[in-house]
Amino acid sequence: MRIAIPVDEKTINGDVCVSFGRAPYFLIYDTKTNEEIYLDNSAVASQGGAGVKAAQVVADNGVKALLTPRIGENAEKVLRNAEVLVYKTISNSIKENIDAFILEKLVLLYDVHPGFHQHS
Amino acid sequence: MNIAVLSGKGGTGKTLMSVNLASVAQRAIYIDCDVEEPNGHLYFKPQEVKCEEVTIKIPLVDTDLCNGCRKCVDFCNFNALAYIGDRLIIFEEICHSCGGCVLLCPQKAITEKEKVIGKIECGVSGNVDVVTGILNTGEASGVPIIKKLLKKQAKKDEIAFIDCPPGSACIVMESIMDADYCILVAEPTIFGSHNLQMVYELVRLFDKPHGVILNKCTEAYNPSEEFCIKNKINILGKIPFDNELGEINSNGLILARENEKYQKIFTSLLRHVIKEANNETTIDS
Repeated sequence: MRIAIPVDEKTINGDVCVSFGRAPYFLIYDTKTNEEIYLDNSAVASQGGAGVKAAQVVADNGVKALLTPRIGENAEKVLRNAEVLVYKTISNSIKENIDAFILEKLVLLYDVHPGFHQHS
Repeated sequence: MNIAVLSGKGGTGKTLMSVNLASVAQRAIYIDCDVEEPNGHLYFKPQEVKCEEVTIKIPLVDTDLCNGCRKCVDFCNFNALAYIGDRLIIFEEICHSCGGCVLLCPQKAITEKEKVIGKIECGVSGNVDVVTGILNTGEASGVPIIKKLLKKQAKKDEIAFIDCPPGSACIVMESIMDADYCILVAEPTIFGSHNLQMVYELVRLFDKPHGVILNKCTEAYNPSEEFCIKNKINILGKIPFDNELGEINSNGLILARENEKYQKIFTSLLRHVIKEANNETTIDS
């Protein structure tokens, strides 16, 4: 299964990014083959709607699950429509979260936030 | 003549100045552009209030015509569109109503629908026509309301006072666009002088004639006054930090209509403002 994680750096030994929409990269990880792909998040410097764009990218990459510490309501709506399940990460470590996901120890993320939009 | 009143932060006295200056003018329009929290009407308590809705245009997709080319998704600068599972999703709150997706769609699958984002209330309070913009809670931008508000500009021999939102963002730029003169209101603190600098840079960028009213003045050192002197900015007047003033104002009363002392202060301030504004506009033209 392909899963996605917002990450700070392009290494599996690194940390999960605290933000989904504004994460610099996404790790697309295949739990069967252990293949790692790092995508640049083109939404990182968007004027607005970063979560929507980031969710579109994740969905377009055939991901079935997203592991993230938090997610905004717009991104959540896109992922719900794309039938991508959103799980809450349990620590900063990318590896720990992948292992926990494989052992089915992660729970679905329910506390969707209304976004941190700065309107102009 | 259109006079905009602005400041780099909230609570410096924009509404205090606009309301009281309008009150001592012969004929004035007070336009509240602080659409997220308009409060001038609380002082004027306008009568004969008429209300009109303000709408914006939001894309509407015909899913039968959409072939999923995603041109609209890629085009939208604000990412208000997503294409998921053979279906276009539109995020109305993110949309800035540019209409680009409608123009671009090769299938002509996108049309526009009207969405109400707020309203404008017009009423009368003595010598002042009171116009208030009100943005509905949760809407992204008050700019469409301000654009509509500013169509109600001063007639000849009338002065319009444009009570701007705080800060120096898009919404303020829109508010001062048609102003003939800008009054910057500043507090006597270091923070206040920094906020003054923000709006000072803005009015310079827009090449607007301007002057400063120093509010809440005490005997103590005033960093905003120092900023004015250093940058050779015209000081239009000083309003003292005064308990009586604060009390009348906090009861939602108009100083210039309640008390002769304040009526004199604002009348003389208005005279000064008009003189400056006329000078500046003559030099300009």
